[in-house]
Amino acid sequence: MSSARNRELGALVPVALLLTAGFAAVFAQEESRLDNLSLIYGAYFLALCLATHIYLRIRLPDADPYLFPLVALLTAIGLVMIYRIDADLARDQANWFVFGLVLFALTIQFLRDYDVLERYRYTIAGVGLLLLLAPRLPGIGQQVNGAFLGIKIGPLAFQPAEFSKICIVVFLASYLREHREVLIVGARRVLGITLPLLKHLGPLLVVWGASMFMLVFIRDLGSSLMFFAAFLALLYVATGRFSFVVIGMAMFVVGAWFFASTVPHVGDRVDIWLDPYVDPATGKYDPGGSGYQILQSIFAQADGGLFGKGFAQGLITIPGTDNALLPAAQTDTIYALIVNELGLFGGCGLVLVYMLVTARGFKIALLADDGFSKLLATGLTAVFAIQAFVIIGGVTRVIPLTGVTLPFVSYGGSSILANFVLLALLLLISDRARREAVGRGDPF
Amino acid sequence: MNKQIVKLFAFTVILFGVLIGFTSYWSVFDAEALKEKDANKRPLLEQQQIKRGRILAADGTVIARSVPKGRGDNLRYVRRYPEGGLFGHPIGYSFVEQGDTEFEQFHNDQLVGNDSEFSSIFDELRGRDQEGNDIVTNIDAGAQAVALDALEAQGFGAVVAIEPGTGKVRVMVSNAPFDPNRIPFPKDFKELSTDEFEAPLVNRSTQSRYPPGSTFKVVTAAAALDAGVITPDTPIDAPSSLDVQGLPLENDYGAEYPGLTLNDALTNSVNTYFAQVGEKVGEDTLFEYMERFGFNTKPAIDLPSDELQVSGIVDLEAGGAVLSRDDPIDIARVAIGQERLLSTPLQMAEVAAAVANGGSLMKPQIWNRVIDPDGRVVEELDPSEFSRPISEESAAELTTAMEGVVSEGTGTNADIPGVAVAGKTGTAETPGNTSCGGGEEENQAWFIGFAPADDPEIAIAASVECTPEFGGDVAAPIFREVAEAILGSE
Repeated sequence: MSSARNRELGALVPVALLLTAGFAAVFAQEESRLDNLSLIYGAYFLALCLATHIYLRIRLPDADPYLFPLVALLTAIGLVMIYRIDADLARDQANWFVFGLVLFALTIQFLRDYDVLERYRYTIAGVGLLLLLAPRLPGIGQQVNGAFLGIKIGPLAFQPAEFSKICIVVFLASYLREHREVLIVGARRVLGITLPLLKHLGPLLVVWGASMFMLVFIRDLGSSLMFFAAFLALLYVATGRFSFVVIGMAMFVVGAWFFASTVPHVGDRVDIWLDPYVDPATGKYDPGGSGYQILQSIFAQADGGLFGKGFAQGLITIPGTDNALLPAAQTDTIYALIVNELGLFGGCGLVLVYMLVTARGFKIALLADDGFSKLLATGLTAVFAIQAFVIIGGVTRVIPLTGVTLPFVSYGGSSILANFVLLALLLLISDRARREAVGRGDPF
Repeated sequence: MNKQIVKLFAFTVILFGVLIGFTSYWSVFDAEALKEKDANKRPLLEQQQIKRGRILAADGTVIARSVPKGRGDNLRYVRRYPEGGLFGHPIGYSFVEQGDTEFEQFHNDQLVGNDSEFSSIFDELRGRDQEGNDIVTNIDAGAQAVALDALEAQGFGAVVAIEPGTGKVRVMVSNAPFDPNRIPFPKDFKELSTDEFEAPLVNRSTQSRYPPGSTFKVVTAAAALDAGVITPDTPIDAPSSLDVQGLPLENDYGAEYPGLTLNDALTNSVNTYFAQVGEKVGEDTLFEYMERFGFNTKPAIDLPSDELQVSGIVDLEAGGAVLSRDDPIDIARVAIGQERLLSTPLQMAEVAAAVANGGSLMKPQIWNRVIDPDGRVVEELDPSEFSRPISEESAAELTTAMEGVVSEGTGTNADIPGVAVAGKTGTAETPGNTSCGGGEEENQAWFIGFAPADDPEIAIAASVECTPEFGGDVAAPIFREVAEAILGSE
């Protein structure tokens, strides 16, 4: 099956070239000269990718050949954009990339038999919930923009929701694998609607409800949306009952309305989304107030047009000051910066890459033979896709803007590390699935 | 489960499609509207990195220029106005802090060099930064200073001077003036923008509407002559008082003029004469002529449309709507510049210019030519006609009558030794005008006219707010000083 790995190798070369060209463009813009430093960076990047590729050749020879190059492409786009914003941040991000690859390799090394995850599902669920709770713990918790997203131990800052999402998906996949039959068979029709029995749904609702509660408790709206959507996706795939999804949506609408009207932080986010020109606290026209970030994000995109301002040509701060024109350009609004500088085409290209990653992820789920692998691959892919949707949808005003990272592109160590673990799990499932598919003689 | 997975994938494809749809909407379909938003400082900030072209007076006096600040990524250009408040109106300002206004806004594309997509791509290939074009205006710097001084001596108001044959705007001042250099400072801006009494940011030439009083009799006479309702010799009995729509319409000092003709009627500004002429002309015809002179539409001047006011019969109680010929109107009082008739000083200057130019109204224009960074003239004003309100013959007859006003009537203060001047005074009573501070005797004093009467070089409207004096006493002297400055400088 080395043909899969050869395709992977072939796909990595253009990615490395793209990164090299990207750095060259930043240098050309800033120093008005070409610097062979861009070649050195490109070479480092290629070397890291090659090392990972060789590792995959040994450990997971049959795994999906496109996922890793696609992720490398996203990382390359992220690194170049972040470098263009701030060279120091890009160095940090590059370090996180290396750590991410190490964690990726370690996950593959120690979770070859990922079925063990099923055995510890309640432990994993507990860890996931504890991780969510951590930012509210005194001493290590941190509040950013009204949300409790991070924890800080010594010099190490950390966003636990990123890892928590994997834990919760593992739990949901494992629980649903075991109980999907009873959920379907045990369902009763009440008033024309098919409802699952509470005793089968119980533990699921407890874990899910607890995670939702934690998220509201830490006020992380973006993650709660992600978790909820992943839950519905898995429930739908596991049971095939669309009515469950409808019920879930109804629950979400009621819950969202409840929280929007009781938790001011949540309500404000929704009001800003509906009318960013008005400050929700005062009800007055105030484009420089709470709606500043989303407005500037939209204005940056308007300025990009079809082809963009050109790489490294957009404005991030107000010239002559340190005041942000595009707040959180390296994290929340990095997509707006990409559209600003690379235009609608650049933005569409990025969305297409996420779509391709999603396609490969679901393909793995289709090929997988056992229920747990199928559900796990589905859940991981869904949570990844939804994360991208939540933040891109946030900066394009499809949904309220919330602070989740754009996977592999946004600046942030926790995000990179967690998403490399997610990638490792997908490739582990893929390796087994494709090997078995070849054994069965199935085409793929 | 595979069926569900495929459906789930289809759903995520739809979600990503929505993202692409929204991105397209913001970045392409709604982009122009977003760039216009006041809250969007991005276009201004980007323009700030371009060296904006200078704005010059006709004699080369620098009205506005851009100076560099900071270096590298922080390099930006900041606007400076060396002459302070002298050209605050109509040039306006351009600052990141408060956006741009007036001439600076209207000619923005030329000033930042946005005019050609291809040349900018070409410049980029040559590694050359975008640079703006200079614009030379028609403004006579000397006369502008004279006008502002003369106006400041009389009170708040405006003076507009137009070259009748070309429509070139030679003077446009508004008192109170403002110094554009103060705009970027928040405290100063707040002070300038909240002072409702002095209202220095309002260009009174184009944004303030005043009752034109007797100066409007020029429009009434033009309509009557041109439509053949009267000739200069048609005698009309003008009693001391007329009953119009149940209210007496009176002459000044209760004077009575049997068998009055046009020249004497205009010279003595006889209300009961023009009220009868107005009724003879009728609402439809008077409206027709008002529109030919430019009333009821925004002036065709090179200033931003949303900063221009329409002159006409304005129903202030109905939110400032301009009434049409079908609305119930007291036409006799419109004919003498009363009723709900309001006009900007620019509009009355256009009336004077049209009569001066043999009945042809040229589009008033402040700009004269655009000069690129290499010194080439890339665009030049090509004077064009706005309309032809009256015939040359009617214009000549009206000019004769207007000469009488200055030589022996209410406008003798506008007389320039050795030069024939044609003009008309106006004094509209505006009792209870809150912007005057509520005085009972507050007048809006006007003078419109042109000189020399036989070969007009300049047409001027001067208007002074809230004065106890008459148009002939406060506005006519301003006309004389400005006309002398312009005629003397040539």
